[in-house]
Amino acid sequence: MGRRKKMVERVKHLMNYPDKIRNIGIVAHIDHGKTTLSDNLLAGAGMISEELAGRQLFLDFDEMEQARGITINAANVSMVHEFDGEDYLINLIDTPGHVDFGGDVTRAMRAVDGAVVVVDAVEGVMPQTETVLRQALRENVKPVLFVNKVDRLINELEVDKQEMQMRLAKVINQVNKYIKSMRPEKYQEWKLDASNGTVAFGSALYKWAISVPAMKKTGVGFNEVFDLCKAGNMEELARKTPLFKVVLDMVVRHLPSPTEAQKERIGVIWKGDKESEIGMAMLNCNPNGPVAFMITDISIDPHAGEVATGRLFSGMLKRGTELYISGTYAKNRVQQVGVFMGPDRIEVEEIPAGNIAAVVGLKDAYVGCTATTLEKMMPFEEIRHVSEPVVTVAVEADDMKDLPKLIEVLRQVSKEDPTLNVQINEETGEHLISGMGELHLEVVIAKIERDKGLRLRTSPPIVVYRETVQGISEVIEGKSPNKHNRFYIQVEPLPESVVELIKSGEVSMRMDKVERRRKFEEAGLNKEEAKGVTEIFQGNLFIDATKGVQYLRETMELILEGFKEAMKNGPLAREPCQAVKVKLVDVKLHEDAVHRGPAQVIPAVRQAIHAAILTAKPAILEPMQFIFISVPQELMGNVTREIQGRRGQVLDMNVEGDMVTLKAKAPVAEMFGFAGDIRSATEGRALWATEHAGFEPIPQAMLNDIVMDVRKRKGLKLEIPKPTDYVG
Amino acid sequence: MLIFVGLGLYDEKDVTLKGIEAIKNADVVYGEFYTSRLTGTHPEKLAQILDREITILPREEVEDGRKILADAEKRNVVLLVGGDPMVATTHVSLAIEARKRGIDVKIIHGQSIMSAVCGLTGLHSYKFGRSATIPFPYGDSVSLTPYEVIKMNKKVNAHTMLYLDIKEEPMRISAAVRILEKMEEKVEEGLLDDMVGVGIARAGSMNPSVKCDYVRNLKDYDFGPPMHVMVVLADKLHFMEAEALRILAEAPKEIEQMVE
Ligand SMILES: Nc1nc2c(ncn2[C@@H]2O[C@H](COP(=O)(O)OP(=O)(O)OP(=O)(O)O)[C@@H](O)[C@H]2O)c(=O)[nH]1
Ligand SMILES: [Mg+2]
Repeated sequence: MGRRKKMVERVKHLMNYPDKIRNIGIVAHIDHGKTTLSDNLLAGAGMISEELAGRQLFLDFDEMEQARGITINAANVSMVHEFDGEDYLINLIDTPGHVDFGGDVTRAMRAVDGAVVVVDAVEGVMPQTETVLRQALRENVKPVLFVNKVDRLINELEVDKQEMQMRLAKVINQVNKYIKSMRPEKYQEWKLDASNGTVAFGSALYKWAISVPAMKKTGVGFNEVFDLCKAGNMEELARKTPLFKVVLDMVVRHLPSPTEAQKERIGVIWKGDKESEIGMAMLNCNPNGPVAFMITDISIDPHAGEVATGRLFSGMLKRGTELYISGTYAKNRVQQVGVFMGPDRIEVEEIPAGNIAAVVGLKDAYVGCTATTLEKMMPFEEIRHVSEPVVTVAVEADDMKDLPKLIEVLRQVSKEDPTLNVQINEETGEHLISGMGELHLEVVIAKIERDKGLRLRTSPPIVVYRETVQGISEVIEGKSPNKHNRFYIQVEPLPESVVELIKSGEVSMRMDKVERRRKFEEAGLNKEEAKGVTEIFQGNLFIDATKGVQYLRETMELILEGFKEAMKNGPLAREPCQAVKVKLVDVKLHEDAVHRGPAQVIPAVRQAIHAAILTAKPAILEPMQFIFISVPQELMGNVTREIQGRRGQVLDMNVEGDMVTLKAKAPVAEMFGFAGDIRSATEGRALWATEHAGFEPIPQAMLNDIVMDVRKRKGLKLEIPKPTDYVG
Repeated sequence: MLIFVGLGLYDEKDVTLKGIEAIKNADVVYGEFYTSRLTGTHPEKLAQILDREITILPREEVEDGRKILADAEKRNVVLLVGGDPMVATTHVSLAIEARKRGIDVKIIHGQSIMSAVCGLTGLHSYKFGRSATIPFPYGDSVSLTPYEVIKMNKKVNAHTMLYLDIKEEPMRISAAVRILEKMEEKVEEGLLDDMVGVGIARAGSMNPSVKCDYVRNLKDYDFGPPMHVMVVLADKLHFMEAEALRILAEAPKEIEQMVE
């Protein structure tokens, strides 16, 4: 039997033993070495050749990734690792570090049970480290730590042995601090500790690593590491204490198997009845239960077409299985199932619960959906990304005859990437794509042009604004077009604490009602309001404050539809609303259901809300960005000039040797083209990264101009609307 | 002046002589066909026979009313409406708004479905309770109001007139029964099992179809083309009603047991 064939047999065998499986993600701040690590783990485990791994970054095979030197697409791979004489199947997802592709990290965290958090020893813990850790912990994914680039610490920063140890300890402490604050109840169990082996140190590039348990076997400790690094003899280190062995040993020993992990994770990612058949099956990772498959990635394979990859929490996937797709009425038949073998997808007969599976044939699936054999299964919790789209470009097909194809492609793109927001306008042919940043959109558009052979015309990027209120409105009466129904609406700002609670994803309309009420009360809503919460939508709340209105229950769905429409397009500039509390104070409804149908209720409610917003000190918020820059001291002035010229603000500055690191904040709208400008301002010597910083009100003096700008772009009347434009 | 002219139930021949006179003398003739529809004819045919141009108004314009009222302030405006004009509440509010503005309002009545149903079924008009419309479901959800109205009417031993919603096409009895079944699935009060009803199709035409049976069975009865309406019977019938249903609506023999 050939080597490859043998490996295939081992993978196929192991996937049937959940105790022998580890599903893990590699997460870190940008450039801290995730892909280098993943490559070398694959090579070490014999899944790809040594030559392929390493400098070339095998897993960043896309030419766009190669050109930019960053990971853009999360990659699914697998490897077999022997530990204490037993084989283990390790399914690994290498995630991108750039903030614009953070959605991939969020999605990957749903598929895995454990994460290797990589931290660059020289840069230390960075903002994105905190973000990815938060994403992991929120999904109940257990972390271990790999401190990378220790070679640089020794050879470039030239620290001494003591300083080295101090710096490493500092990284561990910082990560622990985050775990403690994000998941206090888990801290004792998940605390990272070099002495128990949940931390490893090393160099992904030079393929060596050490950990306390490894030291006990190899005898190689910090002293020898330091000396061999200094001597430039890292090959010897790689031979004595190889990266893959140390890191994969840590993974097998300390990260949970699916059987173990699902007992706890199911309660976090699924709000259904745990005592039910499907609940029990998932808790026990039962291959004989109903199929519960969460799709976390969709990609296009040149041969097979659309491949949906995700985590199988219960049941068995095989060809011919019919699956319901949550959120649609569709039922799709599985045409092919596969697992990963190294970087390749290999077809298998069937895949049992606990694995990361790749399925062909689910044509209605979208990233984030639940595919199941049960007609009425409660779907998994939505995969909520920490930040929202902030930048938009308008795209048009260059060639008229590509119009229909472009629409199809855009639909596909939004199925594959839920952090994109695509608005299709069939009338004008000008479609809007919103994403996490300039780069995100650049990549999406380049991919459409390259992979789908379409030529596009794109507008310069524009930012996405938010509309909100800063005061309490009057009670506004909204009448239905037929005048037989009346809705009395009041709006006011949501307290910051409630906005935070909603953002954290800890409250949903699906959760237990008493629990929800309690959380809202704790966050500062009064008792009546907390009880009346009927919908949570994009950071806004709808509260039913009426009492005993006949027919309200069956009309509520339409009222909420009107609420959502109002929140999707605010009254000032048709930008989404945020942090608005909408209260339904009273309602008068027509006796007959046909006189209070959708065409009556939805516009009445929407217009009343819009009018109310206009009487409540409406405001526009703009997206902000943190910028982290390291630069040689003598170029510092050029950097601050760049920041200040962009309505930016320097928040913090640290000097280390002759390098300065600085943290600043600026509006996203002013940051377009920053990459080029900072390069020329610093002769390319600045290292920088960005992080989302939420939304902030735009200066009052700019309000009118910005509103008019947006209205003009959208072809709206060039005046600030008045309440009477909506209810009259 | 604003004149509402009822067009009656079925085709262009149902309008009254008074109505024709008003149409002839009008400065402008509008027509509204979303609250009810004359299935036996087309607006164009009507226009041809009356020799008048008819401007068909979409729902929004009738509901909004501003354009009609502004027009009626200056000249004689006729608004053509299927059936009797004042059964749909939209027209009542239009009439009131017109009066408020000092516009002269006249109503020329047409045949109403209510009286036609009594005639076609033999049910006594004084025994009807509140009526309801069965709307098309919106997404997954069905309005339970018709079910509740039937329940309330049954408590006081009254019949329930059920109008069927119109979208692109008028709803048919088979669809209406399926929607009633959905309501039953939701409330699970079991009312539907013993519900007896009468389906009526093409009231006002020369070949109406009338059938009395258990409501569930009406689903499979071929009533032919629209318009369809339905009556859900009170639990107890007057003996004359029962007899009429036997003869006019092929009611099953068990109907006799419902006589009080
Ligand atoms: N000296 C040194 N360089 C390293 C080490 N690990 C990675 N690098 C280098 O760091 C750079 C970034 O490495 P990647 O593996 O692409 O980092 P990444 O975290 O995958 O980056 P993104 O996916 O874009 O976030 C590359 O130039 C690597 O060669 C290491 O242990 N030592
Ligand atoms: Mg990478």
